[in-house]
Amino acid sequence: MLIEIASLAKTYQLGEIQVPALKTVDLKIGKNEYVAIMGPSGSGKSTLMNILGCLDVPSSGKYILNEHDVSTMDDNQLAFIRNKEIGFVFQTFNLLSRANALHNVELPLIYNGTPRNERRQMAEQALDRVGLGDRKTHKPNELSGGQRQRVAIARALINNPSIILADEPTGNLDSKTGEEIMRIFTDLHQAGNTIILVTHEEYIARHAKRIIRLFDGFIQSDETAA
Amino acid sequence: MRILTLYREYFSMAWDALRSHKMRSFLTTLGILIGVTTIITIWTTIEGLNQYVYGQLSNIGSSSIYVEKFPWVITGDFWKYRNRKEVNWKEYQAVLKQVTLASHVAPEVFSIKKVEFKKIQLEGVFIIGSSEAYTFTSSVYPVEGRFITEQDVSNNRFVTVLGSELAKRLFDKENAVGKRIKIDNDVYLVIGVLEKKGNFFGQSMDDYAVVPIGTFRRVYGMHRGLRISVMTDYPEQIEDLKDEVRGVMRKERKLHPSAEDDFSINQQDMLSDLYKKLTSTLFAIVFIIGGISLLVGGIGIMNIMLVSVTERTREIGIRKAIGATRSNILTQFLLEAVAISSMGGLIGIIFGYLAGLAVLAQMDITTGVSLTSIMIGFGFSAFVGITAGFYPAYKASKLSPIESLRYDQ
Repeated sequence: MLIEIASLAKTYQLGEIQVPALKTVDLKIGKNEYVAIMGPSGSGKSTLMNILGCLDVPSSGKYILNEHDVSTMDDNQLAFIRNKEIGFVFQTFNLLSRANALHNVELPLIYNGTPRNERRQMAEQALDRVGLGDRKTHKPNELSGGQRQRVAIARALINNPSIILADEPTGNLDSKTGEEIMRIFTDLHQAGNTIILVTHEEYIARHAKRIIRLFDGFIQSDETAA
Repeated sequence: MRILTLYREYFSMAWDALRSHKMRSFLTTLGILIGVTTIITIWTTIEGLNQYVYGQLSNIGSSSIYVEKFPWVITGDFWKYRNRKEVNWKEYQAVLKQVTLASHVAPEVFSIKKVEFKKIQLEGVFIIGSSEAYTFTSSVYPVEGRFITEQDVSNNRFVTVLGSELAKRLFDKENAVGKRIKIDNDVYLVIGVLEKKGNFFGQSMDDYAVVPIGTFRRVYGMHRGLRISVMTDYPEQIEDLKDEVRGVMRKERKLHPSAEDDFSINQQDMLSDLYKKLTSTLFAIVFIIGGISLLVGGIGIMNIMLVSVTERTREIGIRKAIGATRSNILTQFLLEAVAISSMGGLIGIIFGYLAGLAVLAQMDITTGVSLTSIMIGFGFSAFVGITAGFYPAYKASKLSPIESLRYDQ
């Protein structure tokens, strides 16, 4: 299994009050799966995504990602895992506004010390792959929303991560552009990538092969499409 | 390799950050700029001055001592020195005959007189009466003609050797040797011209004439106070020489063993010590002023870096999400602070250096580029950058990636 989560819980401390966000979650995701995580606000969807993305650690329980026990790691180890195993795609794109497309895409490689020339080459290939070969030197403010999200996807792909974690990737896009982006995810899935999609839109979630619904910090349902 | 890749990225990030806020970066660095400029200006000035003053002081020679009524540097009660006896001829004779470590002993008397040659009349010329040994004790050598000799001295001849500036003023480009000049009311034969010593703070050191001391004493009286200059060929023996001269003088003056010296033995060290004392105070004051503006500059940098960290919370979140560690973020912001302050440091070094040269030029002193001052300028600015940048950078490194990514700009 690529991801193994066992009796995972997360409780936030808000002043004196303890707020449980996730209560005992068990979950397994295999290689090359295409999973959508759904749920209304307050369901624990964001918390689960943060933990899956190694941005946060659980209060209790186990999270094994690609044979690494992530639940006990410190900040530096988590940074290393995020760099190596996870590619993020955010609703708000989250590109560096001062850097051009190429530089945004090669950023993860800078932090693992890939030499300049190799880095350039890999970033160019990734941009070609998302169809932005002709926009390499454009800055984010010179690109459309769809193009920005493609740059973000290229950045997520560049380190060849174990999972691509997309948090409402079409939330800031019109439906036509959103469809184009979803088509890229489908292509990536067919090329062998593991994709985890967090969304509250039914029609977006339906692109995935498996839909996990959260409610009040529990997994309410877990269906795999035929 | 890995480190190199990272640092190249850090520097290009720092450069980008500075470029994207040109005005802000410039204003931030102004404090550092002023501080470094102040320090480098003074450093360059002092270094040039040092070179110059020590160069000039070496004319006095570190292998000569001078027995005189007054010390060169008077501290405390002036009247104590005022009431001393003058150094006299008998004492000179005693030093000449009894001091074994001396290679040359010269008696010196001074006066200021009118000098005439044909139509040219010069008032207030410095006249030195001395012996043939003066050329060695003062290390002045003739470039034309000869110096006064033992015979000139023992026969009280009316001959004179001129400093180069005086010779120029009297004879311009004409040959001085063989001419007759009038000093006061007596006629002297010019037998030599001395080599040029140059200026000391705009004052020529070559505007004087030397005459045999016997002649001087016969014309101007036998009871003038003397100065005895004593030279050794072995500068390392100067302290022993001093002791020996002191012993001879005390014996000659029949001083009780518990009595203080009633004469002074002067040497070059006293002047260089005085100079050091004066300049080190000046140095300290200016360093404090420069230090204060560096401190203020540092506070400015810390302030702007805190603003920058807040503005770029989102960026920090993104970088962390894709794998930047705490130390990556820390180094990035630290280097940015160092870049801002080094920029100020660099401009400060250039400004300070030029200002220092300008100050020295006012005093007719030229000097070269000093590596020390450049290193000091860079050292100070980098130090301020690191110190001021640390807290903001640390704060940035501690930000949670989740909250940073959620941060609204």
